[in-house]
Amino acid sequence: MSIRLSDIAKHYGRAGRALEPVNLEVAEGELVGLLGPSGSGKTTLLRIIAGLERPDRDPAGRILFGDRDVTDVHVRDRRIGFVFQHYALFRHMTVFDNVAFGLTVLPRRERPSSGEIRARVYRLLEMVQLERFAERYPAQLSGGQQQRVSLARALALRPEVLLLDEPFGALDAKVRQELRRWLRQLHDELGFTSLFVTHDQEEALELSDRVAVMSHGRIEQIDTPDALYHAPANRFVFEFLGDVNHLEGEVRDGVLTCGAARLRTSLPEGRERLLLRPHEVRLAETPSPEAHLPATVTAVSPVGAEVRVELAADWMAEPWLATLRHADYERLGLTRGQRLFAVPRRWHRFTADGRPQPAAPARAAAA
Amino acid sequence: MSQRAARLALPLPARTQRVLPGFGLSLGISLTFVSLVLLLPMTGLVGQLKGLSLAEYWAIVSDSRVVASYTVTIGAAAVAALANAAFGLLMAWVLVRYDFPGKRLLDALMDLPFALPTAVAGITLATLYAGNGWVGALLEPLGLQVAYTWVGIALAMAFTSIPFVVRTVQPVLEDLPPEVDEAAMTLGAGDATGFRRVLLPYLWPALVTGTGLAFVRSLGEFGAIIFIAGNAPFETEITSLMIFVKLQEYDYAGASAIASVVLAVSLALLLAINVWQGRFIRKLHGGRG
Repeated sequence: MSIRLSDIAKHYGRAGRALEPVNLEVAEGELVGLLGPSGSGKTTLLRIIAGLERPDRDPAGRILFGDRDVTDVHVRDRRIGFVFQHYALFRHMTVFDNVAFGLTVLPRRERPSSGEIRARVYRLLEMVQLERFAERYPAQLSGGQQQRVSLARALALRPEVLLLDEPFGALDAKVRQELRRWLRQLHDELGFTSLFVTHDQEEALELSDRVAVMSHGRIEQIDTPDALYHAPANRFVFEFLGDVNHLEGEVRDGVLTCGAARLRTSLPEGRERLLLRPHEVRLAETPSPEAHLPATVTAVSPVGAEVRVELAADWMAEPWLATLRHADYERLGLTRGQRLFAVPRRWHRFTADGRPQPAAPARAAAA
Repeated sequence: MSQRAARLALPLPARTQRVLPGFGLSLGISLTFVSLVLLLPMTGLVGQLKGLSLAEYWAIVSDSRVVASYTVTIGAAAVAALANAAFGLLMAWVLVRYDFPGKRLLDALMDLPFALPTAVAGITLATLYAGNGWVGALLEPLGLQVAYTWVGIALAMAFTSIPFVVRTVQPVLEDLPPEVDEAAMTLGAGDATGFRRVLLPYLWPALVTGTGLAFVRSLGEFGAIIFIAGNAPFETEITSLMIFVKLQEYDYAGASAIASVVLAVSLALLLAINVWQGRFIRKLHGGRG
């Protein structure tokens, strides 16, 4: 079932705006991530869609599930599945009773027979591989297992819309990875429409068909992960999706200067702020003709496909991060405390109001 | 470093193997204190009994006037405890789940029955509910007499014991994240169903404990009750008053005999509540209930 929001806004008393009027469309069967830092309004938006919170009356926003207007429908009649960050399981009930809860509170006319409830609960438990734990209490399960119970519980009523509020936030990295795969699989199998909240860029980009990046109660951009990463709508999106190095200085006579750092460019005179992704920084033992960016290695992490190197220098406001291939790492023989030079491969610029300007390869700009 | 490790590796004498220091000292001091203020008086009470033969003891505790006082006391305490269970639960709910001006004041007010001298409470209640008191004057024309009946006794008991329910339920309710209610709602549960299936079972142990404590407290209450009770033999005499009467007659053994009954009942109830609650909590926290 598709979800359509128009002009949904929210503010809390005098505390101010939690949500600017938001418009959002989620197609049937789509999996969309709401990504943003804390306080960006993503959880508020999700809770409004669920019916756990009311949007402002002015402007009069609307929430549509398919063709059904649910703006004034109570949460218990919206027929959504909701998964909470801290599971919110019923601690005094067994796993079985937790999953069966939604079915057992149906009005008598619609309630399946107890045999059918049993069969359905066991099917759900099988799906999340917890059928052996049916008689356990939540406190006897690990965090990941509890979240799987909570997922099964939310799916028991076969909702067409599944909403998840930071579903993996309280779990450790490995379990999180596993549950992500789970969710994607269940989503594809059962075909419901899902919307999930996260503050973890990697999670959002990996799991979602589309991601809505939020800040200060606004949706900054909604796009496929690929488009978000390669064509960010503004500086906020660029900076939020991954690590960024800053080079800020004065351009005069085609040279950007910032303390001991100098970079030859063809940029106009004046203050400039260049942004570089870690993989856009090359490390060399000698400065290049275009760039003189001396730095000291402060940390090296050779775990993973690439080596992550942290750099510090007086001219940096914040330490830089560079990633390089293991082959380059071995060739340079990097150690902590070593002094070397950063060479930008390319960089990104944004206007003062955050709009992107064409990213430029450093050499072409210098030519 | 290695020296220290070596020292740690040495087998320690058994009595110092606890990680947390001061076990002996702290347990010793607290036991001494408990002995002085709790166990010693109780031993004295039991000691008073040794002058009595079993038949004499039985005669005192099964005296018809005393038995009537048991009925009055237990009946009124049960009514008071049940009323407190309902209103105390509501009060705790209001204090935990809503924000309103004066909330802190109301919260502090809940402890007043603990702090107020019970005799002061008794006199105030008696004045209010007597036929010529503010509230009594309103109720009496309706045929409702509170002062000098068992209703008055129950009222006084409810007054002195309400904090027990509020203060045991409140922290448990605070511990229950609102998301649990919300989860029940997203699964289609109505308010009544949510209360019956989710909230009440969760609060049940605390509620039973609080109600039990309120009941036990009411069994022994004296000061708040005697002013409003009327103290008519066989009608509105409470057991504590029976003890007091015996003491006035310098019948220490008789007073102790009746007191020992109250003590035994209270102790048995407290123990039962503790054991039952322990089981319930083990279930919630991961044991095999």
